Amino acid sequence: MSYERILGDLAERDERIVVMTAENRAAIRGLPARLGSRFIDTGITEMTLVGMATGLALRGRIPVVHALAAFLTLRAYEFIRTDIGITGVPVKLVGYVPGILSEANGPTHQAIEDLALMRAIPGLRVFCPADGPELVAGLPHIVADPHPWYIRYVDAAARLPHTGEFAIGRAEVHGDDGGTPPDVSLVACGYTAGEAHGAAEILRQDGLRVHVVNLRTLVPVDESALLEAARADLVVTVEDHRRVGGLHSRLCELLVARGLRANVRAVAIEDWFTPALLADAIVHAGLDAGSIAARTRAWLSQLEVDHVR
Amino acid sequence: MTTRHRPPLTPAQLADLQDLALAVRAHCVRMAGGGGCFLGASLSCADLVVYLYRHVLQVDPRQPDREDRDWFLLSKGHDVPALYGTLAELGFFPRERLAKHLSPDDCLYWHPNRGVPGVEYHSGSLGHLLAVGAGVALDLKLRGHDQKVYVLLGDGELNEGSVWEAVLVAAAHRLDNLIVVVDRNGFQANLRTEELVPLEPIADKFRAFGWYAAGVDGHDFNALHDVFSELGGSDGRPRAVIATTVRGRGLRNLEARADRWFCRLSDGEVAGFLAELRGGGAVDLDTPGLVVR
Ligand SMILES: [Mg+2]
Repeated sequence: MSYERILGDLAERDERIVVMTAENRAAIRGLPARLGSRFIDTGITEMTLVGMATGLALRGRIPVVHALAAFLTLRAYEFIRTDIGITGVPVKLVGYVPGILSEANGPTHQAIEDLALMRAIPGLRVFCPADGPELVAGLPHIVADPHPWYIRYVDAAARLPHTGEFAIGRAEVHGDDGGTPPDVSLVACGYTAGEAHGAAEILRQDGLRVHVVNLRTLVPVDESALLEAARADLVVTVEDHRRVGGLHSRLCELLVARGLRANVRAVAIEDWFTPALLADAIVHAGLDAGSIAARTRAWLSQLEVDHVR
Repeated sequence: MTTRHRPPLTPAQLADLQDLALAVRAHCVRMAGGGGCFLGASLSCADLVVYLYRHVLQVDPRQPDREDRDWFLLSKGHDVPALYGTLAELGFFPRERLAKHLSPDDCLYWHPNRGVPGVEYHSGSLGHLLAVGAGVALDLKLRGHDQKVYVLLGDGELNEGSVWEAVLVAAAHRLDNLIVVVDRNGFQANLRTEELVPLEPIADKFRAFGWYAAGVDGHDFNALHDVFSELGGSDGRPRAVIATTVRGRGLRNLEARADRWFCRLSDGEVAGFLAELRGGGAVDLDTPGLVVR
């Protein structure tokens, strides 16, 4: 099952659903034929795209708005905030090639502050699927939910084994349930959750107990999963997003709000990432499993040194 | 959808429009007392709003959300006192509610909020509601309904790129059920439009983007009636009416004043302007211009 297929199926079952795009058709080439006039392409016009989606929503439609993540969240930010955010009309924004997935396009196309921006809009919910199967599993829930959403598009094959049913606001936790906190918690969302999963396998070969928390939705966030993860000796957040405003910030906000201390480190994008094909870009950005594992080991060693002192 | 030819306004209809516009202007003046409001822009579009609600829009004050209504979207939201006044006069909500202007107990503030019955959507940031209106118009088309969507734009608002983006897309989607009315009062906040970013020829710009466009005197009810009577048609072209108006219309010492954008009137000015509307003389202003807002 693909994103395009499930979107077409959902729209065929529910005439309220319209699929809109700013001429970003790569992932949805079959939908114009399937949906006819309920496939709406406004051309390269992100502001008008979001405004028209709002008007359609006011008439009872559920617009799924598919556009390049960087241009949708940045060019049309005020339209998302003002047209959609103020009233909370149920528009579902899908950001295509977010984060590291923009590969070799360069900084113009790097949506690496999208989570910060979308999270700052009251009532707007955020879904960061780890892979294509998770996107497909979550989409029916997102479309049925009455809130507006931002979805970080991803179409990769399964990047980690998925456990249990998808549920909004519930994380997926991987690792042994030893009854005591693990040595390391890797807290991730989106495409890099797969890299966190790979890093955990490497670290376990060192004899470490490692949990991986795949958040799935960043808004609403699974606070109990975050608090549980924070009981580990070391918590590493992993995201293909700037350190500011995304998952790392969300965890730190929660810990401060609860008055809790934890050893938290961030694997994130510090400024811009080097444009390259995905396999190279992710290594160059230090977001691959090997880099995450290596930095985690170093942080653990530093904690031991600090502890001995 | 066919071209709607209508008989000219009768003397009784004209008198009714003039009475209604007078009442709306008086509401605007009262709202400009106390905490103030954007009085000049409200007075330039007051006749347009009154005419549309009386003779064009199919709306029901008792059921503002009826599915089969026409839509009116006020994109240049700072002129909302004219809309508040019109909605109150038409019975969308009691006139007494206008006394709640700027009260934290209500939502009648300086820009529209849909908590006020009859207000379709919020605005304030310029360049938003044409695209929203295009979305509404597109849904009406998809469902085969023949209601129309009217969007009032300011002339200064035409500076915004998002307006022209939506103008382009509305034509691409053949939204001939979408009607823009431009309140061409010649001013943006502090300056005459042509002194800053010249807009003319506005009608030709819309035509070049694939729209039908017509000009009209925005204070002449007979002329408005003619233009809106001939605005129908299903040729795929969205409609634009460029209505030439006067900022501050009806209050002689406020008319076409660059320094009277946001007005916070004294009690004496309010009383004087209300008397002027009823046929009294021009009022000497005692408050300074260029109130910063
Ligand atoms: Mg103006």
